[in-house]
Amino acid sequence: MHEIWALARKDLLIEARSKVVATQVVPFAMVVLILFGLALDADSRTLRDLAPGLFWVATLFAGVLTIQRSVAVETLSSTFEALRLSGAPGWKLFAGKALAVGVQLLAVEAVLALGIVVLYRSEFEDPVLVVTAAVAATIAIASAGSLYGVLAVGMGVRDTILPMLLLPIMMPVLVAATRAFGDGLGTAALDGWTWTGLLGLLAIIYATVGALAYAVVIEDT
Amino acid sequence: MDYLGYLIAGWAVVLGAVAVYAVSLIRRGKALSARVPADRRRWMTTDG
Amino acid sequence: MTITSAAPQTNSVANNPGSTGSTATRALGLASLVGLAVLLVLAFVITDPDQRVFDRGADLEPLLTGQGDAVRLLYVHFPVAMVTYIAFSLNAVGSIAVLWKKSTWWDNTAAAAAEVGVLFCGLTLVTGSIWGRPIWNTWWKWGDVRLMTTTILFLIFVGYLAYRRTMTDSRVRAKRSAVVGLIGAINIPIVYKSVDWWQNRTLHQQSTLRDRSIEDLTLFAMIFGMVVFVAIFAWLMIHRFRIGWLEHQTETVGLEAAIEERRAQTSAAIFDAVTDSRPSHETGSD
Repeated sequence: MHEIWALARKDLLIEARSKVVATQVVPFAMVVLILFGLALDADSRTLRDLAPGLFWVATLFAGVLTIQRSVAVETLSSTFEALRLSGAPGWKLFAGKALAVGVQLLAVEAVLALGIVVLYRSEFEDPVLVVTAAVAATIAIASAGSLYGVLAVGMGVRDTILPMLLLPIMMPVLVAATRAFGDGLGTAALDGWTWTGLLGLLAIIYATVGALAYAVVIEDT
Repeated sequence: MDYLGYLIAGWAVVLGAVAVYAVSLIRRGKALSARVPADRRRWMTTDG
Repeated sequence: MTITSAAPQTNSVANNPGSTGSTATRALGLASLVGLAVLLVLAFVITDPDQRVFDRGADLEPLLTGQGDAVRLLYVHFPVAMVTYIAFSLNAVGSIAVLWKKSTWWDNTAAAAAEVGVLFCGLTLVTGSIWGRPIWNTWWKWGDVRLMTTTILFLIFVGYLAYRRTMTDSRVRAKRSAVVGLIGAINIPIVYKSVDWWQNRTLHQQSTLRDRSIEDLTLFAMIFGMVVFVAIFAWLMIHRFRIGWLEHQTETVGLEAAIEERRAQTSAAIFDAVTDSRPSHETGSD
């Protein structure tokens, strides 16, 4: 537990100093929200109905950037070698990296939530549901993303591949999170907790797969 | 026969795409074979 | 690592200019073509259009239902879809074998299966779409669970193929591709289930094959179509596998040649250093 937290803390401290996510990823996510508003040329009623889906598409795009940053932190200073030699088991390294990505993603989502309230006139009718669904979805995205982020670096692998690897896999998360938010924001009459349950299951699956596969993948980074 | 246009389109796409892919495989195989010594292409001869 | 087991050994012409064909694959190819011709006759001439009489009770006229001639598209759509599933299953088996035994043979098989699988998956989507236009009255139906699952499957394996291309080291490529392929395979039931929940409806016919009212000849044409397309799949797989094998050989041949060249250079340099007696040679201390 100590190693996991130490690794996550290291990434968060780097972010606190460099402010890459704060000055690049968060504004980018807001730009996506505004682009949707302009592209859909929509009245506020339509945007309000579409807000759950647009929120999660913006989050996924921002997630790709956050994950690329999380990997770049290691490759820029060639510290994957140090992580390997640290003696910590692969699953702990995975958990540490994924935890830092998850925390940063939650911060992005908090700003996006404010964004849809202001720009799309969304209302949080069930805050508990919304927060629970967001945490579960974030664990799923951060887990799958942290594994794919490492798969997309090193040995001449080009990092442009990451969106094409990650986004198709994230479709069930997008569907489930959008449905859960549809209930939580009061735009769709369905049972958001069932979908949050599915999100929890997805989070467990991706976290398990990532923890198992990370050691295999990191060998050749 | 109803829907004849759809029927022809559907079958033609499949047969055409598979044919194009098969021809491309044969070409790739021939080009690569030229660069590999015959004793390493074991499916062609048993005694090399 | 028994490469020859997938490549039937045959005595063909000794001075073959070189191709991925062999006597066995030529026979298989010929059989596939004959089978395809028979399938076309079955699909367009022998079978009847799908017309079923729906009994609406004694008071009402019986209703004529069914797909009519559009069913003739299913004789190609269904086999192509089945081959897609076979190909991606083979990719999953290969991926497991690569992670388990670090097998080059299985990595090559997984790569071949993914490439052929993506082709057939794309064709499944296209033929399904062409069938859907007259029957569903739309090219594309959001929320149909099998259509959505197949689409995501297609995208996952397009990503897989693109990912393979980014790596040159064959050992690393084998291992990492296996991880990506396996996660793709794990996702198939998840995608299926989540889309099922998403819309909870499907326009696909439920378990067509178990439907007793389906005509014997229609069933036969479907199964025959599957046999033909499995043969075509096998032909494509063998050729694609051999191409992967040849690529592996050119990599090793190229590597051996490079090592040989390097060795020759080194020994020449040593030879020069030893035999060179000129005292004014300046590069000797390098």
